[in-house]
Amino acid sequence: MKTPVTSRWPRFALRRAGRLLVSLWVLVTASFLMIHLVPGDPVRAALGPTAPADLVLAHKEELGLLDPLWQQYAAFLGRLFSGELGASISTRLPVGETIAQRLPATAELAVAAFLLSVAVAVPVGVVMAVITRRGRGRRAELAFTGTNVVIGAIPDFLLGVGLVYLLAVQTHVFPVAGREGPSSYVLPVLALAIGPAAVLSRIVRVEMLAVMEADYIRTARAKRLTNLRVYAVHALPNAVTATLTIGGLLLSSLVAGTVLVENVFAWPGLGSSIVTSIVAKDYPLVQGTVLVYGVGVLLINTLVDVVLALLDPRSAIGES
Amino acid sequence: MRPVGVAGLGLLGAVVFVAAFGPVLWGDQATVVDTGNLLAGPSAQHWIGTDNLGRDLFARVLVAARLSILLALAATAISLVLGIVLGAAPVLVGRRTGRFITSAVNVLVAFPGLLLVLFFAVVFGVGARGAALAVGLAGAPAFARLCHTLVAAVSERDYIAAARIAGVSRIRILLRHVLPNIAEPLVVNATMAAGGVLLTFAGLSFLGLGVQAPDYDWGKLMQDGLNGIYVHPLAALGPGIAVVLAGLAFNLTGEAFAAAPGRVRPLGPARGPSVRTAPVPGAVLSVDDLRVTMPGPVHAVRGVTFTVGEGEAVGLVGESGSGKSVTALAVAGLLEPPVRVEANHLVVAGEEDHRRLGTSLAVVFQDPMTSFNPAHRVGPQLAEVSRFHQGMSRRTAFARAVDRLRAVRIREPERRARQYPFEFSGGMRQRAMIGMGLMGNPRLIVADEPTTALDVTVQRQVLELLAEVRRETGAALLLISHDVSVVTDVCDRVLVMYAGRVVEELPAGDLRARARHPYTRALVAAVPDLETDLDRPLAVIPGLPVDPMSAPAGCAFAPRCPLADDHCRAVAPPLLAGVACHKTAEVRV
Repeated sequence: MKTPVTSRWPRFALRRAGRLLVSLWVLVTASFLMIHLVPGDPVRAALGPTAPADLVLAHKEELGLLDPLWQQYAAFLGRLFSGELGASISTRLPVGETIAQRLPATAELAVAAFLLSVAVAVPVGVVMAVITRRGRGRRAELAFTGTNVVIGAIPDFLLGVGLVYLLAVQTHVFPVAGREGPSSYVLPVLALAIGPAAVLSRIVRVEMLAVMEADYIRTARAKRLTNLRVYAVHALPNAVTATLTIGGLLLSSLVAGTVLVENVFAWPGLGSSIVTSIVAKDYPLVQGTVLVYGVGVLLINTLVDVVLALLDPRSAIGES
Repeated sequence: MRPVGVAGLGLLGAVVFVAAFGPVLWGDQATVVDTGNLLAGPSAQHWIGTDNLGRDLFARVLVAARLSILLALAATAISLVLGIVLGAAPVLVGRRTGRFITSAVNVLVAFPGLLLVLFFAVVFGVGARGAALAVGLAGAPAFARLCHTLVAAVSERDYIAAARIAGVSRIRILLRHVLPNIAEPLVVNATMAAGGVLLTFAGLSFLGLGVQAPDYDWGKLMQDGLNGIYVHPLAALGPGIAVVLAGLAFNLTGEAFAAAPGRVRPLGPARGPSVRTAPVPGAVLSVDDLRVTMPGPVHAVRGVTFTVGEGEAVGLVGESGSGKSVTALAVAGLLEPPVRVEANHLVVAGEEDHRRLGTSLAVVFQDPMTSFNPAHRVGPQLAEVSRFHQGMSRRTAFARAVDRLRAVRIREPERRARQYPFEFSGGMRQRAMIGMGLMGNPRLIVADEPTTALDVTVQRQVLELLAEVRRETGAALLLISHDVSVVTDVCDRVLVMYAGRVVEELPAGDLRARARHPYTRALVAAVPDLETDLDRPLAVIPGLPVDPMSAPAGCAFAPRCPLADDHCRAVAPPLLAGVACHKTAEVRV
């Protein structure tokens, strides 16, 4: 009985690390190829049709675009390993510096929104599951799924616009935009958190409903415990696994969702810089930002898998 | 169809109408420049105001519907087609290449859609066509994953294998045999995805990466309106509301098609007992006219009356669906609404309210593999009973749990108590479950098929353990089983159930030789023993158990009974002197 327990962890670690590495390689290669996939001459496109030919050539030289593709790829990988991301075409600043400056603002937003949505979704989902268990509380169920679908259909940036209108323009409770002081966080975090909270609470409810039908819940009820104890101690921990899986997906989509919300609130994060750099065709900056977002997402996914494996040892053996 | 689905379809119809005829009906109005009304607020003339050239925004929102919807549909179509090709790869290009494509899709699915959209937006450049390609390509991995799952389920089926053996080409298999069978979930998902794509597209245009001036979709209108949100909020909110309505139209329509399970009509609340009767004195369990109804309505138990005396062991036998397990759950107070439990009285250990039973009732369930909570260690799950009902501290309760585990003959109880249920074997779990019942001082043990899920040698051990526990504690036992031999070994008295009723009640010793009800006799005869002639076919009870949705008026066993006549089929026999049968006189004992 002892051997499978000890031998499955290294295998799990190996498999998971392998997947992370492959994903990282795909990400890095894709962001390298991005500039080559742009139809026509990317540097000409970036600098505009009026730019002198020798300036375009100089930029190409600097970006290494004149070398053979494999050589460029090798150089790109080499630079990445030394943490070098190149310089922005438009501002001439090192890309790494720009990202380091803007990343914290984005990360703060994503983490705060994630925590808020979990803090709201779990209790709401559990309570709704208890109210609507076994086909009870028809009206409560209808109201819950109804609001849920409607909220789920409103994209985060629209929520942002709506919140700005209601709480900043109409009532001046919170600042319209910018990142100054704690009150400036409220609206962007809310805009980011409401949608995921709706989705997550729906998942928590469905999971809880399934768990509450399990035999061991009947066992717990046979012990004649209070309902609160049955739900909180016996049911909830078993509903966490699926919740966490979805929660992880939500966190990575939250990271991407910051792009839009940052643009609504003029938030000085990575999201607003990636958009301006796409419009300006500032390829080195886009490349660096895409890499950072991608790595962030991959790390979150890996982290979720590890936490899942720790919480539910069976999930580490299960997948193949 | 549910009202939600109707609303979704209606909304979708309206959206499609506006998209189709919007530019024709309001196209002129949307381009009229009204220099006297630049950036005006809402008025009777301009419902949500005008833009910086004085053009009517409401008309522009309506006109923008066509471009918004078309772009969303185009992008969805790209995702769908690409997704099907990638997802069906194992069918199309063979297993090895297919597996490679599948793992590539799995890598791509890990990235959020918006990130992929931005990536492709860089490649295809800013603009409506680039954005449509970007959104379409970005959506493909998710569709590919879905399609792969669906295809994998279908391609296991026999008719696909048959087509393959017959030499049908791969593309033809995909088009003729696979796609038609996965079309429905694909269409449902595509409909919902179209709603999501619409929102993504609005987001892209809002960021300035999608539709470019002078064209406009809802996202572009929102982008134009956002700057003026202080003076003119409706300019940004109007197109926003349009996006949400259109997105909802797609989502609700998709959901309506996705979730169409038949709804069960809920039962009315339980009526108070028409007659209140007093429990039989001296009985540890006394039940009078127990009726259990499930939504449907399914009459699972149709009036069962019995008692279990102090220290007595009573068996409840019958086929699956006879209502014996439901009776056990009702006795244990474990049935919840919408299941309806009614009885003239149901008294366990002198208590009518199950919440006040404390530890005098122990329950052992059928499947020990699923009856322990996988998230908690075994010891604390036992200890919980004493902590909750007997007010023991964590430590004393745990010590008692270890002691009880030892009492049910689990070796190394200290170590075992710290393990999780999945580290226990089935027999050990069932013993631990009995141990859980012994945490208090049970006067009645309800065991619902406690040995069914176990193999034969372990069954014996568990039954012996139950017998031993009863000798030591003097607890009564209500044993539910479909296994006649188990019941005759363990019990003093046996109740035979059929179609929700007790058809015979007799001493366990009489079961084999002196049963009077034709069903009981058939049940006993169906159990092979050492004297059974193995060269002849084993005895079975002809016919099928009664459908509990439509229990007959007369004797429920009549359709399967060799002795039944019209009287049996018309009038239900009451339980008289231990047997419910009109024909007892004809049964030779």
